[in-house]
Amino acid sequence: MALLEVNQLDVRFALRKGDVHALRDINFTLERGERLGIVGESGAGKSVAAFSLLNLIAQPGFIAGGEINFEGKTLNTMSERGLRKVRGNRISMIFQDPMMTLNPVLSIGAQMVESLKAHRRISTRRARAIALEKLRQVQIPSPETRLDQYPHELSGGMRQRIIIAVALLLDPDIIIADEPTTALDVTIQAEIMSLLLNLCEEHNVGLILITHDLGVVSQVTQRMLVMYAGRVIEQGPTREIINDPQHPYTQGLINALPQMATPGEKLNQIRGSMPSLSNLPGGCAFHPRCDFIKRADGRTRPACVEQVPGFVSSGNCRVACHMVAEMQEDRRLKEEESS
Amino acid sequence: MIAFLIKRLFHALLVMFVISIIAFAIQDNLGDPIQQMVGQSVPESEREALREELGLNDSYLTQYLRFAGNAARFDFGYSYIFNQPTTEVIARHLPATLELVAASTFLIIALSIPIGVYSAIKPRAWLTRFFMSVSIVGISIPVFLTAIVLIQLFAIGVSWAPFPADTGWGAWLNDVVSTEGGMPAYGRGDPVPVFGTWETNFASLDGLTYLVLPAISLASIMLPLFIRLIRAEMLEVLQSEYVKFARAKGISMRRVYFLHALKNTMLPVITVGGVQIGTLVAYTILTERVFQWPGMGLMFLDAIQRSDIPLIVTYLMIVGLIFVITNTLVDLIYGLVNPTVKLTGKPA
Amino acid sequence: MSQPTPETQESAVPALPGRWERFLDSYLLYSFKRDVIAQLSLLVFIALVAIAVFAPWLAPMNPYDLAQIDILASELPPFWIDGSDPAYWLGTDAQGRDMLSTILYGARVSLVIGFGAVALQAILGVSFGLMAGYLGGRVDAFLMRLADIQLSFSTLMVAIIVGALVKAVFGGAAFSTYAVPLLVIIIGLAEWPQYARTVRASVLAEKSKEYVDAARVMGLRSRRIMFRHVLPNTLSPIFVISTVQIANAIISEAALSFLGLGMPETHPSLGSLIKAGFDYIQSGSWWITLIPGAVLVVLVLSINLLGDWLRDVMNPRLYKG
Repeated sequence: MALLEVNQLDVRFALRKGDVHALRDINFTLERGERLGIVGESGAGKSVAAFSLLNLIAQPGFIAGGEINFEGKTLNTMSERGLRKVRGNRISMIFQDPMMTLNPVLSIGAQMVESLKAHRRISTRRARAIALEKLRQVQIPSPETRLDQYPHELSGGMRQRIIIAVALLLDPDIIIADEPTTALDVTIQAEIMSLLLNLCEEHNVGLILITHDLGVVSQVTQRMLVMYAGRVIEQGPTREIINDPQHPYTQGLINALPQMATPGEKLNQIRGSMPSLSNLPGGCAFHPRCDFIKRADGRTRPACVEQVPGFVSSGNCRVACHMVAEMQEDRRLKEEESS
Repeated sequence: MIAFLIKRLFHALLVMFVISIIAFAIQDNLGDPIQQMVGQSVPESEREALREELGLNDSYLTQYLRFAGNAARFDFGYSYIFNQPTTEVIARHLPATLELVAASTFLIIALSIPIGVYSAIKPRAWLTRFFMSVSIVGISIPVFLTAIVLIQLFAIGVSWAPFPADTGWGAWLNDVVSTEGGMPAYGRGDPVPVFGTWETNFASLDGLTYLVLPAISLASIMLPLFIRLIRAEMLEVLQSEYVKFARAKGISMRRVYFLHALKNTMLPVITVGGVQIGTLVAYTILTERVFQWPGMGLMFLDAIQRSDIPLIVTYLMIVGLIFVITNTLVDLIYGLVNPTVKLTGKPA
Repeated sequence: MSQPTPETQESAVPALPGRWERFLDSYLLYSFKRDVIAQLSLLVFIALVAIAVFAPWLAPMNPYDLAQIDILASELPPFWIDGSDPAYWLGTDAQGRDMLSTILYGARVSLVIGFGAVALQAILGVSFGLMAGYLGGRVDAFLMRLADIQLSFSTLMVAIIVGALVKAVFGGAAFSTYAVPLLVIIIGLAEWPQYARTVRASVLAEKSKEYVDAARVMGLRSRRIMFRHVLPNTLSPIFVISTVQIANAIISEAALSFLGLGMPETHPSLGSLIKAGFDYIQSGSWWITLIPGAVLVVLVLSINLLGDWLRDVMNPRLYKG
């Protein structure tokens, strides 16, 4: 059994006009020490997915169905008290903007100690010692002085190091990192990312990395999910997806990377923009932006407009696309004919 | 911290300077000490001599400097109506007002924080809706009207019999909607002397009953304001990333609400509280008028009624001083709660 | 304005929806239609304004006319209490004036002073706020320090002090004669900082935006930029605080009158009616003070509820603290 198993996760937002589906049919697993990337444009539902794992979605969001199993226990039906024992202890989180994540009126030490004391019966002195040890691990300069400092006295990079230290405090099994470097200076993004990667490898911590940066995902993770408009559209081993993307959207994302463009030429981009969740197009949500919607004879594939694509396997990957499914079907028919 | 204090001190001095100019202008233009001293019948030549002797013909600057110098030694001259140094008159009336303000401040703090926090944590609860509706009505009732209604209900009493009195439940309901009255609503009663001119209402049960209605009236206008403010700020703070992060750490919700969220909520509330102290003093005038509470406000109204210019001027200066001191204290408290103040000298 | 402005030319183009159509289509109207409390408040407010405006025609008698007063009919209770006189629906006050009539006339005085004072505050506050925000530097420092001092003294306190001084200068009789304009000026002077701070805050926010830079690059004069470009964008917060300020001004007037620094009892506002009646509450004639009090509360409450609704809908950047 995998450490974390997400089955058919369904998250909705209760709005006045009715429920809006933020996530549908999300399925994935995470093994101990494994690193999983969740990729997509902003608004695709990545952060909602991250927060729903610990049942931390803000009102009016709620988990409408599915299961989140962690070590065999179902997190989404667990009591608040039970969840609290998991949060920060077995599964911890790293947020996007380090300038906003730490409480401005509490000292770094206080914010680290309270986390330890919430989960272990230890003295403040002992907790401070552990906190200091973790600050050393995240390679913060002069860690001794940091405990009594306040967030505003530290730079963004240092704050994110402290947040990583907080996430590591209780030696969790999984860290969920929601765009951990996006808000940082470009120069220190790589530094923070490699620190996080090293610490996860060193302590055998599982990582769920949420990002829009395919480059980072390809360097850090072993498996990945690509999300579009609240659904997973492609998932599998990171290397396979990056080298041979099946879904037109994934292909578009990879083509849009700056290193994929010929120097002097315009960057490739996917035309149009992601639809809002409250107003999704019918059929495949990606079809208005898809280049493969027309068949060789120039007619629109009716399935793309009419039917939500199911998953088909392709190598070790699973892809939700009519085009891939149809091509596989065509191939199979041809093989049958020839045989 | 030192720079912060010096800046505050400078600001305080500036405010006192402005107030003293206003006070001086009032004294100079409205108060004619000669008239007060000698009356109508004295010939003009004698008046002129007296004027010269008192230095009233000196330049404005010299006169102002003399005024400011005296003010710094708390010497504002004599009150016409009490025929005593004005500062002694004020000292006699100050404790009553301070005790009234203290009692209502206690009510405001003790009620607004729990109610405000509760309404923010449970925005849809019926109790929250109830608090919010009551508070908007509360804001719309002028403080003197609250006082009058309280007097009608609890001092005079209301006997009302809308239900049939001959049935048991009818009599009971009539009892519920009627009030007994009998609460003291006039003056301070017999306060217990402490030392000097300070007599207190806090030392005896009888003294406290005199304090009840005035303190509730005075609190009634500020309480809804603070409940709404605390709720609004708390709602905003609860949306913040650091509150989400605190939850993600698995600490108890009690700690998230009452440490992480409340401490940040209180920062703007403290600032507004500082500004509202002035309003509170203004409302003491109204409250004291209704309950004939023998404090500074009632004394000030008396002074206005009888054109006791030195007493009016002294009141302005003392009240100005109280504002400046409390505002500085509020800033200091703000600085203690908000760690970002210490380094930069102002909130970041 | 003599020359046609770009705006009027634009609105002449038929393709653009007119103001009325835009209003009908607006979120403001949409949320108003859904909010029963806002509708009720507006209804009550309009009704109160209407009866105040038409008081001379609606009132059974003229409370200012001494000839109509019957001193023998003093302290009569309202109709639902034994001993009432059907001629006086809400009873009579201690001088034998019909309560209904005095309340109608009193609401009229309160509203005139409230609106007048807010108009004056708005003119002062918006001009000072624009100057402070747009010119910055010493003008800003001076005006805002002044506003700070005035606010830390509280607007009501300033009004009481100024009221006391004005009364001392004019003397009681002259003050009574000119009470309405004097109160407008006193309350107007006392409360301008609220507007100035709000306007300044929105000017600072707007100033940093690109369209102001663009206007400056185009060579527009700063006064023109201020009034034609920045001011329209500060209107929604001004609108929202105006509702609160009208309620405040009416309460301030009532407070001043209650302290004897406002309207005389011969020409009463709601506040001076409450003051006049308060002396008789111990003798059991509660209606003389509490009925005008209830009218005052309903008036202020309806304005506050409207203000609350507007604040929620328009959600402007309001100056906090």
